Amino acid sequence: MELLDFARGPALAFGLVVFVVGSLWRLAGVLLLPRMRDLSPARDGAPPAPLAALRTVLRRMWPRKEFAQATLFPTINSYVFHLGLALVVFGLAPHILFIRSLTGLTWPGLPSNLVYGVGVITLASLFAALARRLGHPVLRLLSHSGDYVSWLLTTLPVVTGLLATSHLGARYETLLAIHILSISALLVWFPFGKLMHAVLFVFSRGATGMRFSHRGVNV
Amino acid sequence: MSAASAPRPAFDRQGERSDEARVDGAMRSFVREFGVTAALHMESCVRCGMCAEACHFYVATGEAKYTPVYKLEPFRRAYLREAGPFAPLVRGLGLVKKLRIDELQQWQELIYDSCTMCGRCTMVCPMGIDIAELVKEARHGMFKAGLIPDRLALMDRTAQQWGSPATPAEDLPDILADVAKQYGVRIPCDLPQADILVTAAPAELVEHTKALADAAKILNRIGAKWTMHHGGFDASNIGFNNGDMQLQERLTRAIVDTALQIGAKIVLLPECGHAYGAARWEAAKWYGRALPVRIVHMTEFLAELIASQRICVKKIGETATFHDPCQIVRRGGLEAAPRQVLAALGLELIEMKDHGVGAYCCGGGGGVVSNARAVPLRHKVFEIKRQQIEATGAKRFVTSCGQCHITFDMGAKYAHWDKKTESLLEIVADNLAE
Repeated sequence: MELLDFARGPALAFGLVVFVVGSLWRLAGVLLLPRMRDLSPARDGAPPAPLAALRTVLRRMWPRKEFAQATLFPTINSYVFHLGLALVVFGLAPHILFIRSLTGLTWPGLPSNLVYGVGVITLASLFAALARRLGHPVLRLLSHSGDYVSWLLTTLPVVTGLLATSHLGARYETLLAIHILSISALLVWFPFGKLMHAVLFVFSRGATGMRFSHRGVNV
Repeated sequence: MSAASAPRPAFDRQGERSDEARVDGAMRSFVREFGVTAALHMESCVRCGMCAEACHFYVATGEAKYTPVYKLEPFRRAYLREAGPFAPLVRGLGLVKKLRIDELQQWQELIYDSCTMCGRCTMVCPMGIDIAELVKEARHGMFKAGLIPDRLALMDRTAQQWGSPATPAEDLPDILADVAKQYGVRIPCDLPQADILVTAAPAELVEHTKALADAAKILNRIGAKWTMHHGGFDASNIGFNNGDMQLQERLTRAIVDTALQIGAKIVLLPECGHAYGAARWEAAKWYGRALPVRIVHMTEFLAELIASQRICVKKIGETATFHDPCQIVRRGGLEAAPRQVLAALGLELIEMKDHGVGAYCCGGGGGVVSNARAVPLRHKVFEIKRQQIEATGAKRFVTSCGQCHITFDMGAKYAHWDKKTESLLEIVADNLAE
């Protein structure tokens, strides 16, 4: 079996299975824990719980003004690589073809040169995030090995994707195989590390929104 | 270095038990805390470090160890090893080490001395993690392990015995009689029936007794049928701060049961932040069902009396700034009420740079003001607040929490700062109009 066949076949399938099963396991393992009902009377005018949750999910998209200056760099940098990753994953025509083969869904792609440029900016932003993690005393103290694994497995598909698109360093088929293998590794890691925040942030923000809207506080 | 001059370790121990028993006690308690919300919040941290920028202890010192989410590290490890969805895998592969006694002891400083549970970090977290609540839950485990600051433990034992860290319940009638005589107001005690059960903060029963007289003056003015009662009189709930759940429940029940016994419809809380957190938002949890009485903080009580014109106040006509007590405003939802009272008093409010739900803590909440070991750190963080108050240029400085008030008094004394802290209740009582 050629490396590309292995990457497209068993490796990617394994990655997808671990991604789906692992993510569902982690989500269920948390959401099925005991839930303590808040028996205190709500503040007059408190919104219904789903609306309270939704409001906080949206509010936390940007820091409050008290914190905007101190958190400006990580906020903007996070937006750059999150949006960059989204544009690359969902904007590149070959990616759309792959997603269509899995789900049947499709949409128009972005020009490949544009996606390439976005990929380069995303990569620079990811390195800036790493530099901050390594250089800032708070982040150095907080970081676990899993955080660096998450960074590496997010960055590798971007690097290998750019190399494959540029036909740099090896045969295109080999570069493509490595790119797909790096995506498989990302999928395998996703449920176990902090990348899962891509799903959990809605629940986490929502829970706090419900707790404090009940008290009449807009968080 | 002589033994006398050796630095004191930053931890205390209570009781005689093995180190293993302490760790086991903490772990069992930690694991019990993980309901769905706590677990979601343990799972969601991306280690972005933004919470440091919200914490007065980090901002004042620049020390990374004061990063709020780092204060939860033992709690996080307990979660991953014992309660998380992959706990068997984590234990089996030894991915997260079991907690050791020396680590728990080291964390005492971070969980008690350098966290006021003010929740400012909760406001900055992009994942919406309620770090302050998790610290409170982690304190439950530290209490079970007998690893809380001795000063707080002493207050805890006193409250277990007396129902208050300030005074035995049987002394309440005499204290109230003395206050009534000193200020010339009627203070009913132990009435068999009343509409309002009035409670106090510990300092009001010892040094700051004018607060009791001020409350009495207003309640008498509106013709309320009210009483204080030795069965449940101290609302500050030291168990809430210390992590002593049994005491928190006992003190909660004492107040609610007393209110029911005398047929009260309202429990009136003093100007105390943690009283509001413990009674307004947590009492029903300990009571096991919705409370049969309404819990009202003094600040909202004053705002309601003014809005309904049951009391009128004189216009003062000066500038003032207001310190938002964290448990009442950021974690309690009463941002508007004190501002309505200040407006009624004709005080022109000049807000601090950070105010309302984004305000900085006074630095003394969560038991830090009572924790003698934390004094040098508390003075450092007080400076942030002092500068923000000064920057307003307001003539008067007002707050509505006794613990904040004490923290400001102590901080001002240390900093040789001549700004007087005033209580909202006291200003209203002193300016009642006919």
